[in-house]
Amino acid sequence: MSAAGLPSFSTSRFREEREADWIAFDLLLTKLEKRGAKALTSEELLELPILYRATLSSLSIARATSLDKALLDHLEALSIRGYFLVYGVRETRWSRTRRFFLYDWPAAVRAVWKETIIIALVIILGALTSYSLVAHNPEWYFNFVDEGMSGGRDPRATVEFLQSTIGHGKAAAADKEEDALHIFAAFLFTHNSGVSIMSFALGFAFGVPTMMLEYYQGISLGAMVAVFAGKGLGFDFGGWLFIHGTTELFAAALSGAAGLRIGTAVVFPGARGRLEAASIAGRTAGKVMVGVILMLLVAGLLEGFGRQLITDTLLRYGIGTLMLLFWLAYYYIPRREDVA
Amino acid sequence: MTAAANARARTATAKKIRQFVTPEGVDLQLRIASAGLRFGALITDLIIISAALLLFTLFMIWVGVAGGNGIAMTIWMLGFFLLRTFWFIGFELGSRAATPGKRLMGIRVVARDGGRLTADAVVARNLIRELELFLPLMMLGNGTAEDTVSGWTVVAGVVWSLTLSLFLLFNRDRMRMGDLIAGTWVVMAQRVKLDSDIATAQDAQAMQFSDAELAVYGIFELQELERVLRTKDPRAMREVADTIRAKIGRPVAEEDDVFLLSYYRQLKARLERGLLLGKRREDKYASE
Repeated sequence: MSAAGLPSFSTSRFREEREADWIAFDLLLTKLEKRGAKALTSEELLELPILYRATLSSLSIARATSLDKALLDHLEALSIRGYFLVYGVRETRWSRTRRFFLYDWPAAVRAVWKETIIIALVIILGALTSYSLVAHNPEWYFNFVDEGMSGGRDPRATVEFLQSTIGHGKAAAADKEEDALHIFAAFLFTHNSGVSIMSFALGFAFGVPTMMLEYYQGISLGAMVAVFAGKGLGFDFGGWLFIHGTTELFAAALSGAAGLRIGTAVVFPGARGRLEAASIAGRTAGKVMVGVILMLLVAGLLEGFGRQLITDTLLRYGIGTLMLLFWLAYYYIPRREDVA
Repeated sequence: MTAAANARARTATAKKIRQFVTPEGVDLQLRIASAGLRFGALITDLIIISAALLLFTLFMIWVGVAGGNGIAMTIWMLGFFLLRTFWFIGFELGSRAATPGKRLMGIRVVARDGGRLTADAVVARNLIRELELFLPLMMLGNGTAEDTVSGWTVVAGVVWSLTLSLFLLFNRDRMRMGDLIAGTWVVMAQRVKLDSDIATAQDAQAMQFSDAELAVYGIFELQELERVLRTKDPRAMREVADTIRAKIGRPVAEEDDVFLLSYYRQLKARLERGLLLGKRREDKYASE
């Protein structure tokens, strides 16, 4: 028997019959990708799942009966594209953003509360270590704080100089150009975000590098405090630090907590597989990290502008406390979960 | 190509295919994107980002002449950070889940569990990129900046950080650290145009082949023949036509394209008939 005895079912006829559906589906997907779900009319929206199912069923039939590679590849690509569009778009960007701020972000932060406490303790431990060391012997300071970062704020500096660096005394405002402020703020923001992202990203190494980074942050903090406190400027320096420090250190602790969450999930995956546990922890941590970057943006603004423009120590303390209370309330006051 | 090589090539492609069953019960058979494509996409994105930054900087310099220099510098510093961080996140949150580089390479990000790709997964996988890309650079930078660190320490640091960056080469699913943490995969998502059906349109001058003449080839050879017919390269067609003629013992009598097209149509009809009856002959080495 040769080609003369073609079977009554032919893949060419199959293609002829279904091709219109595939073309229509392709056009609809292109429209959806380019202009979003809003651009579709209600008829088109109703048609979308029908065409999607028709294409999937065509794919199944083609796989079982056809040997036309071009046809198979096209149907496969079209189905994959269709699947991710049909099952992917469920929320508008706006409602996703709203849900993130109202529920997801605070919920993610609440979920890592244990890790947050641990990291906070690590930072405090670092600060206490370096504080006691530097208070006893100022020479230790140079082991802890990088020369470039301190900008002359070290134990050899005079009281007047130190005062000027925290925005008090005569020299304070004079030598700072208006311009320098936002450069400074931008620099602080990018630098701090970089450090936070690192301490989050290094979390998978069992959380050890994360804790080391956070400990180091505590160390430079404690060393600075010791220098200023040694010159009797402890209270003023506290205000200088407090105005943005509550936000910034909180963010640092959260980024460390996010990293630690991944680290613990890798070490103790529990009933799940290690990979699955890591990816679940990673998603919570990802939400926390978006929040951390936003917090650091706020901290950068407070540090770059607020701190340079507000020189009254008590006001600085007030703003810092207010910010801390705001974050605590935002994160930890219980609220009804989003049902949508 | 021998039977063994054929089988090897098939298992190699099969290894890259992952089962991905839709709620309708159809297996989409996603293919994992190769490391080369991933790297190509990254390079493309980085080039676009740097080009955008360069243009932006030039624009800022132009503005900076009029306004304060500081503003330009601030915007540049923030712009660099934001662009670097949110370029990937922004594009991968879109409906195509791919940056321009990935689109160019025809790949996209999907959630490993088959569910929806969530924003937090995208954020997690991209924040970890910061580590993978910049840690080796930082290690190098640290080593060269400080003379106190010995050469071997630098080498050790760079090697250590490179094992993180090149993590995707060491696992079957080509996941980088970020994919691992976020629970994602990068898979092929090319668009394929629907080519015309070359099996229809019976012309009058079509040749007839006997069943024995058609029995020498399987599906693999059929699809290779299809590829040759679609690319329409006369030299390749001549070569293939001569091979088939030699194999089935036919003299060179007609045009190559007429010969190949008739042979293709009849071979395809024969093999598809076999499929309907539950016989799938993978290649010429498989038995009937």
